[in-house]
Amino acid sequence: MISVSRVCKIYKNDSVETRAVDDISFEIKKGEFVAIMGPSGSGKSTLMHILGALDLPTSGEYILDGENVSKLSDDQCANIRNRKIGFVFQSYNLLPRTSALKNVALPMMYAGISKEKRIGTAKKFLEMVGLADRIDHTPNQLSGGQQQRVAIARSLVMNPSIILADEPTGNIASSQAEEIMTIFKKLNRAGHTIVMITHEPDIAHHAKRIIHIRDGKIVTA
Amino acid sequence: MEYSEIITEAITTLTVNKLRTGLATLGIVIGIGSVIALVSLGQSSQQAVSAQIQSLGSNLLTVIPGAQSSGFVRGAAGGGTTLTYEDAQALMTSFEGTNVKNVSPEYSSRSQITAGRNNTNTQVVGVTPAYAEVRKVSMETGTFISQRDVSAMTKVAVLGPQAVTDLFGQGTNPIGESIRIRNNSFRVIGVTVSKGGTGFQNQDDMVFVPLTTAQKQLFGAKNITSISVEATNENVMTQVQDAIGYLLLTRHKLSDPTQADFSIFSQNDILGAASQITGTFTALLSGIAAISLIVGGIGIMNIMLVTVTERTREIGLRKALGAKKKTIIAQFLIEAVILTLVGGLIGMIIGVIASLIIARAINLPSVISLRAIVLAIVVSGGIGILFGWYPAKKASDLQPIEALRYE
Repeated sequence: MISVSRVCKIYKNDSVETRAVDDISFEIKKGEFVAIMGPSGSGKSTLMHILGALDLPTSGEYILDGENVSKLSDDQCANIRNRKIGFVFQSYNLLPRTSALKNVALPMMYAGISKEKRIGTAKKFLEMVGLADRIDHTPNQLSGGQQQRVAIARSLVMNPSIILADEPTGNIASSQAEEIMTIFKKLNRAGHTIVMITHEPDIAHHAKRIIHIRDGKIVTA
Repeated sequence: MEYSEIITEAITTLTVNKLRTGLATLGIVIGIGSVIALVSLGQSSQQAVSAQIQSLGSNLLTVIPGAQSSGFVRGAAGGGTTLTYEDAQALMTSFEGTNVKNVSPEYSSRSQITAGRNNTNTQVVGVTPAYAEVRKVSMETGTFISQRDVSAMTKVAVLGPQAVTDLFGQGTNPIGESIRIRNNSFRVIGVTVSKGGTGFQNQDDMVFVPLTTAQKQLFGAKNITSISVEATNENVMTQVQDAIGYLLLTRHKLSDPTQADFSIFSQNDILGAASQITGTFTALLSGIAAISLIVGGIGIMNIMLVTVTERTREIGLRKALGAKKKTIIAQFLIEAVILTLVGGLIGMIIGVIASLIIARAINLPSVISLRAIVLAIVVSGGIGILFGWYPAKKASDLQPIEALRYE
């Protein structure tokens, strides 16, 4: 499903070499719920960018659903992100001044799905995250937890192979954070593969497996 | 992703931030508006000038005395006294029945004219009946100067409508009234139909008297100031011009055409010169307008660049969600083109209204230049693409991670 082998990401800055991700290998099977943990600066964000096809590894191979993502062009990466990966960001990243419905439908627009179908699907997923009565609200009319639920609905509409969540509860009050984790667990039970990046142990323990990273290397798998 | 969707998306983005959109289009509105207003205005003044000149007759030749040389001193053109009534008569007798239809000798000078307590300073023209034929003068009331008036040197005058207004007030019938020119009393016998002229040689503001009266009683002159020759048609103009030149050279005992003490020009010569002037004027105005258009385009680029920076996170997100490079380029380019097209459209409406108002205010025919409108639309669209391209390219080149991290 996900196979990461000997992946390195090296940044060169004025002849100083930074190994953000240093020779990491692991596999994630379909239906897993994995948390990647580590302190800030450990390279977990860089790893998440590589897993999300937002960035290419300097060396090594990343295979997603049998496709070698490490060798793809910009537009091919865009295609992978669109169809196989559902992103949930720490700061939600919803389009401002745009309704929840339109935000959720956005990935489907880039996939060329018809407008009627987009609206239907977006409504279905907004219902699923419990926001059926908020579809016309813009992000600034929603609470942090509600915004993140819109983002989760958006990550699901293309039926992706994996859901990549980067500190999904980082900006949310702890009462609402539990709600978000409940949704993730529900999704995982429904068969979704979830990879979550976090530095909070309370959040990480919701996952079935935790990968610890420090200084760009895996500490325990 | 369909283009219709990108367009809807672009329109949505533009309507979300109305102030920014309005400010961005302002430059184009002003640019296109001024291009259309100025070009239309230039064309209408060109049309007005040529219509006025053409109304004098396109088969008209004018002979004026040339610069006179006495010794080494050369006088101003037209200031000489070399043309005489006899020259005009010679032209008439030599060419009658050939390509020349009419010959009108004229003596023209500005003078103060009084009627009762009113007075005006205007052009007094001594004419023969041929003048009415040659210059296409028709009468509002009364009669024009007759041959009998010329032979008998009577003191009668025909007024232009402007002169009537100045001397007797608007709408009055001055027939039978008397006016005074240089202490001579003249009886008004006719009023000419308005030709609606303005500016130099305004035919509505003239006073016509018999040629002989003007020469001998008013100005004490032996010469005439011009001869108007009407050719039978436009095609024989050059031929007639050459024949007149030859005859006058012979009469004035000159063998070298470069020594000619007169010049002959046609209405087409004047028309050419005048339209060259107005053409240059229009080009100048268009040039100024074009500069404002370019400034407007740069304004659009400026706003689009700011927009790209401001929306870095949005662009990053769109890319993360699967937007391809060309989709991002298309979105920003279409936004820019919509901005300029809408600006162009508003500018066009404003330009048309402005040119109509100005044309009415300064009494010009209102010409809406279709070419200027088409050009303005094409140019504004082009500016959108030209100045929208760089910001759009910049947006599409953003790396999604960098863009998402951008605060």
